[in-house]
Amino acid sequence: MLMLCITGLPLIFHHEIDDLLHEGVPAAQVPPGSPKADLDLIIRNALARAPEQVPHFLAWDRDDPNTLFVAVGSSITADPADNRFLRMDAHTGAFLDLPDVTGRFTYIMLKLHTEMYAGLPGKLFLGFMGILFCIAIVSGIVVYAPSMRKLRFGAYRRDRPRIVRWLDVHNLAGILLVAWTLVVGFTGVINTWADLVAKLWQYGQLAEMTAQYKDREIPTKLSSVQSAVEVAEQAVPGMVPVFVAFPGSLFTSKSHYAVFLRGDTPVTSRLLKPALVDAETGQLTDTRDLPWYVSTLLLSQPLHFGDYGGMPLKIIWAILDILTIVILWTGLYLWLRRRKPTTVAAPAAARPIDQQAVSS
Amino acid sequence: MSVNRSRRQTLTKIFAWPLVIGVLSITGLIAALVGDGIWDRVSWATLLLPSVLYVVFLLRPFR
Repeated sequence: MLMLCITGLPLIFHHEIDDLLHEGVPAAQVPPGSPKADLDLIIRNALARAPEQVPHFLAWDRDDPNTLFVAVGSSITADPADNRFLRMDAHTGAFLDLPDVTGRFTYIMLKLHTEMYAGLPGKLFLGFMGILFCIAIVSGIVVYAPSMRKLRFGAYRRDRPRIVRWLDVHNLAGILLVAWTLVVGFTGVINTWADLVAKLWQYGQLAEMTAQYKDREIPTKLSSVQSAVEVAEQAVPGMVPVFVAFPGSLFTSKSHYAVFLRGDTPVTSRLLKPALVDAETGQLTDTRDLPWYVSTLLLSQPLHFGDYGGMPLKIIWAILDILTIVILWTGLYLWLRRRKPTTVAAPAAARPIDQQAVSS
Repeated sequence: MSVNRSRRQTLTKIFAWPLVIGVLSITGLIAALVGDGIWDRVSWATLLLPSVLYVVFLLRPFR
């Protein structure tokens, strides 16, 4: 858990850190409202820079409306984890750069934080740790009561031995942050199931929507991406496209473009709506709201990342993360001291110590 | 101020303040999801509160 808190800290500011450490080619400066480049042109320009590659996804940059990403792989069935991302200018359609993100500090932190470089088993292991973390918090609440029987709320016995002081430091931070740590812990656990949720959706709703096309192969000549996005925008008025999955890639069928659209309020901008466009005829096949299990995952992301309330919220997230490190560290100390009962010289008043709670 | 030290507190008393702070935190977590502007500010205030209290309690002399 300490590792997760420490690697999570820079990840709160991953965008700012990336901007600081890695200078990208800037997009062309255009007046607001300028027309966007044709998406087919963007794909053509991207593929010219990535020979022998095929497009998997096209994604709009949430934080920068001037750029788009084209994710390419060696074949359409290649593992999307190995995708490379070409940054494209949204207005001119020109290629900007192909950043190698895998060597970046934030990428290493992300890998450690989400899977410890161990793929899905790593994710599920960390998810299990997250569940233990939540259980530890709840047990901490339970044992908070006996240790506070004779103390008023917020007590810090500064004149006592270290073990008593650290117990107070631990108890106080623990109880003050309990709601936040539970929410961030639990939404983190949900995030570890992202791969499973995607698979569940593929075999559930997506299979249902494309049932009549399931035996069709990937079309040899794809219809226009630009018109697929336009068809989707017309089918779902008021929403804007976030990303397009190419036929045969993850998140779509073999013969459809899946255009994912989002709303424009803080909540609806997180919730996506897929529109499936036939990649042979260019016609809309179906559009539905995502099932509850995908929506739960999508809504749990901002609650874990803290990226939904501007820079002040990110800073608050960082402070709370540091305090959680304090809780874990003092908890570890209290737990280790418990292992050697002879050295514990705690006064009688502090005997009912919350030892179980500190195992996290 | 220190009367409670010698008296055992009830569960309600022990958890009254933590409950208030917990409810405020949850409000803050949801507020920024609901909207921007004022909603973000509500969120910042309620989520900053626990850290501020923490510092206040640690700096306050114990009596």
